[in-house]
Amino acid sequence: MSERILMKGNEAVAEAAVRGGCRYFFGYPITPQNEIPEYMSKRLPEVGGAFIQAESEVSAINMVYGAAGAGGRAMTSSSSPGISLKQEGISYIAGAELPCVIVNMVRSGPGLGGILPSQGDYFQSVKGGGHGDYRMLVYGPASIQEAVDITYKAFEKAEKYRIPVMILGDGVLGQMMEPVVLPEMTDIASIPVKEWATDGTKSGKDRRIINSLYIEADVLEGMNNKFAALYERMKAETACETYLADDAEIILTAFGITARIAKSAVDILRESGVKAGLIRPITLYPFPSDIYAQYAAKKTVKQFITLELNLGQMVEDVRLAVNGAKPVDFYGRSGGNIMSPEETVQQVLKKIK
Amino acid sequence: MQKVFQKSALLTDTPFHYCPGCTHGISHRITAEALEELGGKQGIIGVAPVGCAVFAYNYFNCDIQQAAHGRAPAVASGIKRVCPDKIVFAYQGDGDLASIGMAETVHAAARGENITIIFINNAIYGMTGGQMAPTTLIGQKSTTSQGGRTAALQGNPIRICEMLATLDGASYIARVSLHDLKSVVAAKKAVKKAFDYQVAGKGFSLVEILSTCPTNWGMTPENSMEYVKNEMTKVYPLGVFKEV
Ligand SMILES: Cc1ncc(C[n+]2csc(CCOP(=O)(O)OP(=O)(O)O)c2C)c(N)n1
Ligand code: SF4
Repeated sequence: MSERILMKGNEAVAEAAVRGGCRYFFGYPITPQNEIPEYMSKRLPEVGGAFIQAESEVSAINMVYGAAGAGGRAMTSSSSPGISLKQEGISYIAGAELPCVIVNMVRSGPGLGGILPSQGDYFQSVKGGGHGDYRMLVYGPASIQEAVDITYKAFEKAEKYRIPVMILGDGVLGQMMEPVVLPEMTDIASIPVKEWATDGTKSGKDRRIINSLYIEADVLEGMNNKFAALYERMKAETACETYLADDAEIILTAFGITARIAKSAVDILRESGVKAGLIRPITLYPFPSDIYAQYAAKKTVKQFITLELNLGQMVEDVRLAVNGAKPVDFYGRSGGNIMSPEETVQQVLKKIK
Repeated sequence: MQKVFQKSALLTDTPFHYCPGCTHGISHRITAEALEELGGKQGIIGVAPVGCAVFAYNYFNCDIQQAAHGRAPAVASGIKRVCPDKIVFAYQGDGDLASIGMAETVHAAARGENITIIFINNAIYGMTGGQMAPTTLIGQKSTTSQGGRTAALQGNPIRICEMLATLDGASYIARVSLHDLKSVVAAKKAVKKAFDYQVAGKGFSLVEILSTCPTNWGMTPENSMEYVKNEMTKVYPLGVFKEV
């Protein structure tokens, strides 16, 4: 039953979503996430669900809006330029309090950029992306197993808070193969009925409306304050891994696939006598700021070094969390290049103060 | 006392916010009446556009989703996948449907989505204050074609029904008007037929309603009706363009 099988990241995420109760998928082709819609187009009809290859990412995210509003567990996936196109729709979904899951297997940008891996979409994922004051629950899985486990639970989380959940992967995570244990199939009948869904079963005074338009300033401000309180409650979802951090003097920090490289770098540094450790945020929003603050307050900690596959995005949140208590440095690669553990070690040694 | 007329049960008691002489009101009424005549056994889910009809969710007495500008056909497609047995309809203006949402419209029709679209062609962007629409007539003035639209400068108006009728997925495509009583009766028949086609599972149906915007046309309600009758129908001939 809990058999380990070798799976490609994109397909594993798709299967995990199906097992997590996803029945509606709307997508548009873009490398390096194509295996997700391809897999869903075959798989969803087998479990009584539906797949549409939309005419664009704009259309796909609005199909998600419709399906989620009607009470279905709906999902879309894309890669960076496609996610940019979805941003208006994501803002509407957040504003209309609809649950859904969005996967972004990030490629390098800006513009058409390239199809190689990147973490250049950190900002657009955790800082809003679309218009208005909204947030998503954003995960940055570092292995295919973790991506599977997160995707499986993502619909539950989305429905608990009535928010869009984003899984921020990258070209490596989507394309590589790793052994995974897949979770059990969720019993669709066990999913709680959504009293707010426009499923056409009610009329008259019981009818339901999915909407994000609030024309009066006070009413809209009230909604925004409600969202702010929700995002505060969402902090309970904050997740973070630390590795050899307890006695560390130099704390490397990275998310997703870069954290795997950072971990190897920590091991090499330890072997050469440098007391290095790692903080790896698993949720990128809410950001595990408290953990950084705790380590920043430790006498033993001398410095933080943030590693990213971009020109410095998460490092801003690290700096906010560390709040000047210790120096925070940065090393990143972009354009689809990936730092090796050895290169990382060299850069860290250069930056150590 | 005998009741000889009453408002459709598919309209709420909320007063319409539409300007005097605007045919959005009549369009709502005939849509509601046609839906009511389906018998109410099937549930109904509507999709409201961005445009003057954005508040349609306050008026139609059924479940409604408000969609982003132009995306109503995509939203309706998503709803229909989850609720294939329910009546799903979108109500959209010409900026919404024929400009920003053209791709969603064409592809919903091409897929043969079993949904119905009520398309309000008033040849202008009403809500934003009278800018040129893709359907604005040659010679017609708008705030972004102040000397009157010319083909050379702003291009030509788009005939949606004629275009959609070429697609295999479309089952019923008709253009109607509301400029007099006779045309209102015919319009309602067409809307009812479009819903009947959906109930029968025939695929995409759309009724284009030639409408007025006295406010942004700068005309009296009466002259607006005349304009629809005399000018608009010349460019947008009434009729059934597809019927399978
Ligand atoms: C993405 C986006 N672009 C522009 C607008 C502004 N906007 C609101 S209504 C509208 C035009 C609506 O015109 P139409 O669809 O013809 O409907 P009418 O108001 O005439 O009924 C526009 C451009 C918007 N809300 N969203
Ligand atoms: S602006 Fe035009 S379309 Fe909008 S309600 Fe007024 S008359 Fe109708």
